[in-house]
Amino acid sequence: MSFRRPAALALVALTLPLAACVANDPAPAQSGASAGTGVLTVSSTADGCTVSAAEAPSGTLTFQVANDGSDVTEFYLLAEDGLQVVAEVENVGPGLSRDLVVQLRPGTYWTACKPGMVGDGIREAFTVTDSGVEVGPTGDTADQLAAAEASYVAYVKDQVGALITGTQEFAAAYAAGDDETARSLYAATRVHWERVEPVAESFGDLDPLLDLREADLEAGATWSGWHLVEKDLWQPSAQDNGGVAYTPLTAEQRTAAADDLVTYTQQLVDAVNAEDFTFEAFQIANGAKELLDEVATGKVTGEEEIWSHTDLWDFQANVEGAHVAYEVLEPVVVAADPELADQLTTQFDALDALLAQHGSYEDGFVTYDTLDAAQVKELAAAVDALSEPLSQLTATVTGA
Amino acid sequence: MTDAPDAPTGGAGAPARGMSRRALLGLGTGLTAGIAAGAAAGFGVGRGTAPTPAATSAIGASTYPFTGPHQAGIVTPAQDRLYLAAFDLTTDSREELVDLLRRWTTMAARLTQGLSAGPFGPASGPYDAPPDDTGEAADLPPAGLTITFGFGRSLFVGTPSPDGTPGTDRFGLADRLPGGLVELPHFPQDALDPARSDGDLVVQACADDPQVAVHAVRNLSRAAFGTATIRWTQLGYGRTSSTSTAQKTPRNLFGFKDGTANVKAEESAALDEHIWVPASDAAADTTDSAWLTGGSYLVARRIRMTIETWDRTSLREQEAVVGRTKGEGAPLSGGTEHTEPDLTATGGDGAPLVAVDSHVRLAHPTTNDGVRMLRRGYNFTDGNDSLGRLDAGLFFLAFVRDPRTHYVPMQTTLSRDDALMEYLQHTGSGLFAVPAGVPDGSLVLGDDGTPTTSDDSPFVGQALFA
Repeated sequence: MSFRRPAALALVALTLPLAACVANDPAPAQSGASAGTGVLTVSSTADGCTVSAAEAPSGTLTFQVANDGSDVTEFYLLAEDGLQVVAEVENVGPGLSRDLVVQLRPGTYWTACKPGMVGDGIREAFTVTDSGVEVGPTGDTADQLAAAEASYVAYVKDQVGALITGTQEFAAAYAAGDDETARSLYAATRVHWERVEPVAESFGDLDPLLDLREADLEAGATWSGWHLVEKDLWQPSAQDNGGVAYTPLTAEQRTAAADDLVTYTQQLVDAVNAEDFTFEAFQIANGAKELLDEVATGKVTGEEEIWSHTDLWDFQANVEGAHVAYEVLEPVVVAADPELADQLTTQFDALDALLAQHGSYEDGFVTYDTLDAAQVKELAAAVDALSEPLSQLTATVTGA
Repeated sequence: MTDAPDAPTGGAGAPARGMSRRALLGLGTGLTAGIAAGAAAGFGVGRGTAPTPAATSAIGASTYPFTGPHQAGIVTPAQDRLYLAAFDLTTDSREELVDLLRRWTTMAARLTQGLSAGPFGPASGPYDAPPDDTGEAADLPPAGLTITFGFGRSLFVGTPSPDGTPGTDRFGLADRLPGGLVELPHFPQDALDPARSDGDLVVQACADDPQVAVHAVRNLSRAAFGTATIRWTQLGYGRTSSTSTAQKTPRNLFGFKDGTANVKAEESAALDEHIWVPASDAAADTTDSAWLTGGSYLVARRIRMTIETWDRTSLREQEAVVGRTKGEGAPLSGGTEHTEPDLTATGGDGAPLVAVDSHVRLAHPTTNDGVRMLRRGYNFTDGNDSLGRLDAGLFFLAFVRDPRTHYVPMQTTLSRDDALMEYLQHTGSGLFAVPAGVPDGSLVLGDDGTPTTSDDSPFVGQALFA
């Protein structure tokens, strides 16, 4: 079975952009040039927007925006035309401060505070002089982000479509008592779920209805979803069941569990195919990180598939989902922070290679309980190695 | 070069932890690049030349210089708390290893002076990125933090397989292995847990506040993701050795003073003879180990004490086994704590007053060819076992010039003959080569006057990679 990755996004040729997103670790100063790591303070009041200086050398600048007024405020850095937003901070409550970190090229800009978050804001001209520091060329970020969002939504719909088809087949086999077929379909079907899990999580209650582990269950709550069925397909001994003999589900309970699985999955299908369904760039970026968090906390420990031990399918799918999320955003990242892009590519490849040592979808993976401590630690280290740079993805994409 | 202990510097001139870069730069003049007054306090400041007793009132605010001929955290008056972490490298790239050491060194230079791990600090910077400092030390004073780095044998020659197959030289360092960085032999009664032993790299963080020490290791380990992972860690408290004459001798969990006969920071000649690796040692090596000159070796042993049985032992036996009185810590041959034990003195029954199998006698320099160590141990209590006994004891740390002469013979004798071994079990072990310090004035400072990492930034152990 082949899994579609979104096609590489065509790059739009562009006008010279003004701002690039910020690398968290500004490159060291080139000899002869003093990198602008300048800090400016901004005081926003009811009728004022005091910036500590009217000009700064090009490079990385930090605007420390303090709301010294009594209304919630916003701070904008606008392009010379006074329209295009180069960077912004929003929702700064009275008495609070927020940093806006931005890489700026030489040119003319406007600073603007919006106390009360209405109107055109209190504006002042702001000049960025040439410090000689390279501020890399970037793509047309807005277009790239729009393309990324469209591409990712298409991917989500594709995966969820495959998920409902697989789920119906799995549920039918299980309800009919064909355990062998159900067991053979279980992990391969869940792959489609695990790839886009952050999207499912964005719909609040669907995730627990479909993917709650027994250990996550609140006392007295009703258990439904994949792991209820998993336990019934891979029935534990009393010793592995807290000392209590496992009671298999009755035929009625089986049917109900199978029906629930299909019903809730269909709700997910409907939600992502709704007219107004969007998944914004920052959500995609955060989703990539969340998928790796899932791996780090649940899959690496073998807690996700405690009865079937098919954790490696989930693991691979989480990583693939994160990889796709990164790939749709890659043009933006390459433009804003090529070093981060290199790091992410390297670490994704390393983790993929490591997973390939334990199997594949086509040939199956080894069960997680057969890995020794050293192999698990190796996987955990590779996950950490990828997660650390991945935690910079959102800031790089949103530029602040 | 001076071998005096580090003099703590008061926090007055150094920026307070968590102080914003804005404050460092002077309010509203954020664009004048240059070194802000005070920002560089503690950098490039030479080591003090006289021991300064730490005033308890200022202890939290004190900092020790990071740079100097030797790494801080060796002759530095022992702080109250320890967090030590051993790391294994997950990369085979020499370049990535050097890059990690460079970033670690900059971070350690910052943290020890009470600065945040990264330039932004825990509560500023890009809003959609994780903060570059984890933040739990934000309102705490520097607490005398020192961070000391060392290299394990496996960094040079890898780890041999159980079947005896030699390990792999992953970084092209095998020909730089110093002679003293041996595989420690199996000492009698050793019960070592591999998961608490060895490691490619070691980081010893000591501070008067455990949260400051843990914060340091946590941020360093975060910087290591993708290059190295933690292999084991050890928390320690209530230092068990005095490393400066200004300090009272503390007590171990047996309730006895521990470290009376330690090499003290003020004993320059003894430090040169027993603690620092001299150039002549490199000359005697078959490998090119000159990079370790001016450094030392760190022996780490996790020694569990069966304190429950010890506590049921009569005072007579406790003192006989140790060879000192429990209250004053005087040798049983008489005198006060710092009286030299008279190993020849006998009692009315003709038996030596300091028993032949007592700890003091067997660990005494005269029993060990005159060798001495600089011990810097800490107590530990890591929960309990399933039998309801505390998993507690002594985390023994000692800095020595050469483990082959200054540790292995003594420990062999102790493990075999020491009456105290009835109450001890060695459960973890590590031996590390500790390079010399980063030279004063060599740190690269950023526009805000605080250390930053560039391709030219110095790093601990740089000579090894030269």
